Amino acid sequence: MMTTTSIAPAAAAAEGASRGKTPRRRGRMKSFYPSWFFIPAVALYVVFFAVPTFASFYFAFTRWDLFTAVPIGFDNFVQFFQDPQLLNGFIHTFEYGFATSAVKVVLGFAIALLLTGPIFARGYLRAIIFFPVLLSTIGVGIMWKSLLDPFHGVVNAALGFLHLPQPGWFTDPHLALVTIMGVDVWKGVGIATLIFMAGIVAIPSEYFEAAKVDGASGWKILRTITIPLTRPATATVITLSLIGGLRSFDLVQAITNGGPGFTSEVITSVIYKEYQAGYFGLSTAGNVVLFIVVTAIMVPLTAYLNRRSVEL
Amino acid sequence: MFIRRTATRAIAIAGAAALVGLALSGCTPSSGGGSGDASQITFLAGGNDPVAIKTAKDLVAGFEKKYPKINVKVNTRPAGTDGDNIIKTKLSTGTMEDVFFYNSGSLFQALHPERTMVDLSSQPWVKTLSNDFKQTVSVGKKVYGAPFGSTFDGGVMYNKKVYAKLGLSVPDTWADFISNSQKIKAAGGITPVLASYGDTWTAQLFVLADFANVSAQDPEWASKYTANKAKYVDPPALAGFQDTADVFKLGLMNKDYASLTNVNALKLLATGKAAQYPMITVTIGNLAQSNPEAVNDIGYFANPTANGNSHATVWEAGGAYIPKTTTGGKLSAAEKFLAFLNSPAGCDIQNKASAPAGPYATTNCKVPADAPALIADEQKYQDAGKTGLALEFISPVKGPNLSQITVQVGSGISTAAQGAALYDQDVKKQAQQLNLPGWN
Repeated sequence: MMTTTSIAPAAAAAEGASRGKTPRRRGRMKSFYPSWFFIPAVALYVVFFAVPTFASFYFAFTRWDLFTAVPIGFDNFVQFFQDPQLLNGFIHTFEYGFATSAVKVVLGFAIALLLTGPIFARGYLRAIIFFPVLLSTIGVGIMWKSLLDPFHGVVNAALGFLHLPQPGWFTDPHLALVTIMGVDVWKGVGIATLIFMAGIVAIPSEYFEAAKVDGASGWKILRTITIPLTRPATATVITLSLIGGLRSFDLVQAITNGGPGFTSEVITSVIYKEYQAGYFGLSTAGNVVLFIVVTAIMVPLTAYLNRRSVEL
Repeated sequence: MFIRRTATRAIAIAGAAALVGLALSGCTPSSGGGSGDASQITFLAGGNDPVAIKTAKDLVAGFEKKYPKINVKVNTRPAGTDGDNIIKTKLSTGTMEDVFFYNSGSLFQALHPERTMVDLSSQPWVKTLSNDFKQTVSVGKKVYGAPFGSTFDGGVMYNKKVYAKLGLSVPDTWADFISNSQKIKAAGGITPVLASYGDTWTAQLFVLADFANVSAQDPEWASKYTANKAKYVDPPALAGFQDTADVFKLGLMNKDYASLTNVNALKLLATGKAAQYPMITVTIGNLAQSNPEAVNDIGYFANPTANGNSHATVWEAGGAYIPKTTTGGKLSAAEKFLAFLNSPAGCDIQNKASAPAGPYATTNCKVPADAPALIADEQKYQDAGKTGLALEFISPVKGPNLSQITVQVGSGISTAAQGAALYDQDVKKQAQQLNLPGWN
């Protein structure tokens, strides 16, 4: 069918979208490159991505100590779900993912509003908020671990100077996970701000001028123009931060390693520990579960968010 | 034109195939020639901390002096569970160094030595080994490892100056230990019992070092445990968890227990700011580096028990092994390296590189006269026959989460009984992974 020009599929897609249907892209697309061009990429992809992915679905059903793999059916999955740490890790993962995502949306939007407004040293402030994003996560974890050290850290020293309570940020069982979430927000809010700024700047200024002429208050402009028209940006921020939050691992590892006890354990750190313990089959099963759970949350969510943005 | 295109295509395919081949084969070790010793072998040190690296380099320097034709290249690895995985990966992919240091006991057994390592039973130094050590590096009748480092004990390390100043004597029962600790607390300014949960492994000590006492009360406990017939929730094994909970409940610990690290805790013990530290005596090596003047102020006593008669828990020396992938000239060079390790010259180097923490597993090695004073305290338990091997040397069963569980118990997040029950569950998972009889 569509083999003559490469514009045809795009045109068909545009047409399909305008009729509210998904386009059919099943036809053989013409490539601009000879097929041997792709061989190195295909080889690398097969060796490093396709083979491990399919192998992991096999090893998830075995008892594997790197020397031998004995097939044991669904035992790994049964065991994984009987693990007392697992439920705990699951709950923490959801708390972590949803809480950090929500805070990043609210805070990122607020800061973006500020930084798109007429303020002093705007370029400098924009750079500052984005800097943490550029840092290595492990580096950020180690830095905050020493800043927040309950006895020798700068933060508690400052609080002590002001005669305020000095909490055991990552040593208090009730506070450890919240502390990590806070550091995650500090590190990640810059990217949310950036996306929101792009969204806000893209709103045509005529809308604001018209609203001003009609005598709308600042609050009303925010509610009826800025928030609805930045919905695509919001969808992007939610998707990115939620995926990031659900598979968060490096900060937990760097700051508390799941402790004290198991109070800041998330599902990825549980899986990592099972790998460390030499339960290779079991941890592979854990990764398969994580893959399924994240997909089950993200596919409908993304579909929902994108549908809303199309309706606008 | 057509021919040229086909040729390019062929080259591209060949290139891609070569790339894949390269990626798959990785760096397969090439074995040396058949006759004579190889000119170069590789050696994987027992960690990447300063003491491990210095020991490895000093040993290699001494060895190269004796055998100038053999050059030994030192590689390092992380310690702990990450190191375990690197060892397993290297062995299963055939990329292990020609000689490597690793734990003896159950961690050694998990490497499937009969499939992955060279049988060393016929080496001359095997005759000099203690029977306890020989068991921990053997499968059946075959010996696979040479000892590296000294044996050491687990229990309580204490500052003798603080004890002398407050007129305290070494406790034998748990009640004595607690009353000593309360006197230290009352004296003010000195931490009675150090806890350093900043390094979570240190939280396990009351449980692990109490094992000789468990064995003393029930000599069959370890084999029952391996067979799924004895549990930590029941006495006598529960005592270790109760001890961990007790010192927290009675407020005998330092207030920065949750973030203090092992190295800093040892400094507090050395300087007399703290009096007692449940620890393994091998850490005296670190203390000798940070506070050399205080080494002989530190003493040792076994974990106290409810009714006295406390026994010292002994950890065996680590092992040095040769993988099956080392053959020919490299094998004979590697064997010479192990022999050097257990010769008097090799022992001198070990003694100088890090302070020994107990007697050696080979009669070729002698503890020097200026060894840390706490070795004499350990020797008293040996002489009285009041010792027992740590559980990890007599049972393959050890759950990976004990350190986190004992942190929970030791910081009041869960009770001793809850912690013990959680650990029994943790152990069950590991035993099932090992496919041990009686657990499925």
